[in-house]
Amino acid sequence: MTKPLLELKNVVLKVNRNTPEEITILDHLNLTINDGDFITVLGSNGAGKSTLFNAIGGDLSIDSGQILLNGKDISHESVEKRTRFLARVFQDPKLGTAPRMTVAENLLLAERRGQHRSLAPRQLNRQLDRYKELTTTMHDGLDQRLTTATGNLSGGQRQALSFLMATLKRPEILLLDEHTAALDPQTSQDLMHLTNERVQSEALTCLMITHHLEDALTYGNRLIVLHHGQVSYDVAGAEKAALTSEKLYSFFAEIE
Amino acid sequence: MSLAVSAIGQGLLWAVLGVGLFLTFRILDFADMTVEGTFPLGAATAVAAISNGMNPLLATLLAFVIGAIAGLITGLLYTKGHIPILLAGILVMTACYSVNLRIMGRANVSLLGKSTLFKNHFLASLPQYFDSVVLGILVMVVITAIVIYFLQTEVGQGFIATGDNQTMARSLGINTDNMKIMGLMVSNGLIAFGGALVAQNNGYADVNMGIGIIVIALASIIIGEVAFGDLTLNQRLVAVSLGSILYRFVLLLVLKLGFSANDLNLISSIILAICMMLPVFKNILNFKHILKRGLDTND
Repeated sequence: MTKPLLELKNVVLKVNRNTPEEITILDHLNLTINDGDFITVLGSNGAGKSTLFNAIGGDLSIDSGQILLNGKDISHESVEKRTRFLARVFQDPKLGTAPRMTVAENLLLAERRGQHRSLAPRQLNRQLDRYKELTTTMHDGLDQRLTTATGNLSGGQRQALSFLMATLKRPEILLLDEHTAALDPQTSQDLMHLTNERVQSEALTCLMITHHLEDALTYGNRLIVLHHGQVSYDVAGAEKAALTSEKLYSFFAEIE
Repeated sequence: MSLAVSAIGQGLLWAVLGVGLFLTFRILDFADMTVEGTFPLGAATAVAAISNGMNPLLATLLAFVIGAIAGLITGLLYTKGHIPILLAGILVMTACYSVNLRIMGRANVSLLGKSTLFKNHFLASLPQYFDSVVLGILVMVVITAIVIYFLQTEVGQGFIATGDNQTMARSLGINTDNMKIMGLMVSNGLIAFGGALVAQNNGYADVNMGIGIIVIALASIIIGEVAFGDLTLNQRLVAVSLGSILYRFVLLLVLKLGFSANDLNLISSIILAICMMLPVFKNILNFKHILKRGLDTND
């Protein structure tokens, strides 16, 4: 259970390289993510949370350091290759689904995440019953809309679908980038419960960025705080369980 | 009567362009200007090959391959060279002009006395204009069926997703650069194939025959969508052929009204502009949802 799954070693990531506006976003960041960790990620705007995700996902290339998956260096693998082990849910409901394709078509696409796609027929109809069952677990009427274009769904349904798509083919690592932030409080809570349930039952390794201190404290077995591109706080297990929002606030006041 | 048959035949031959452009304009969701160069490129290739004694069918297939290569260049400039798609298309289109002159040796080459697809025994035995109707139906059934099949494959679904939401497609491991290059290759291959058919039907290739091609191809797509309303993706592909035929009838009408053939590019642009602005007038004219699916490029 405590086997290191993903390791970031001395990762440096700069933007506007070789210009007067050069900024170091990740500054010799070190982080070891163990198999089965559910880590909540806190940090002020500009601390490097999203950049951390983009570095892991391969959208941004790192300037120095190493990213290791199960001990293998993946620092220079493309975004497409990394999708074999990585799934993401974005903050913006529009980013996670294809608007002109139906719910079922989106699910089918997600099922082949990171795998070879062939010139064989997609065979969507065979999957419909299974997708019906799957979407019923979301309790938001998604199962009634399998043949609806996702562009016509509500933001909450789209995010629930994005989450379902990310976990449909079990990822080794799941990155949730404030995936409930764009939703109304009730929908946001529902999706958060569902997320927790799924992460627990499937024993997923997951990083979740959030600005909700309560969520960060309630969920997960580990909590990290990013500050100036480094991990400035890292608690797990019983210590994390004993953490209160007062303690966190005083920690934030200290580092600012 | 013979005018109507001619319009149907022409509509079917030109519908190849509509299906080709559909792949980039409607599915990948960008306007590819390369087609203005690949249409005469296909015509030039086929005419030059036939003049040198090549079998017309092989010459037409060769046109597809050469057109696909032009599409490959646009695709590489766009995805690997990071040149905006509009400019990448214009660059290749402009380059094609010189290439076409090189291929043909001069601005206009006639097929007079040479064999063409239309001089095959069976087609030549049909009444006037029916040759293009029969060949057009055959070609469009085959091409539309292949495209529909492809879009329902696993790769085809990844291709659609690329045009629909690139961020999501990438996050699911779809190589969006390859999808765009493939789309541009097949699209321009089909356009060049269409150029080869039209050149053989007309009996000549002209270096200027590409001007306004994108408008004509768009017209068949959009007229099809406006005329038939809310359709599924597969139905929309079939509607392209019907839209292309309808467009020929509109042109026929315009010529009957006394306009000359020289006015056709102006008329085509006006027709297309009006069709594309229909959503703006939709509320005023109370058109309901007819145009929704086809004309909302983005929601």
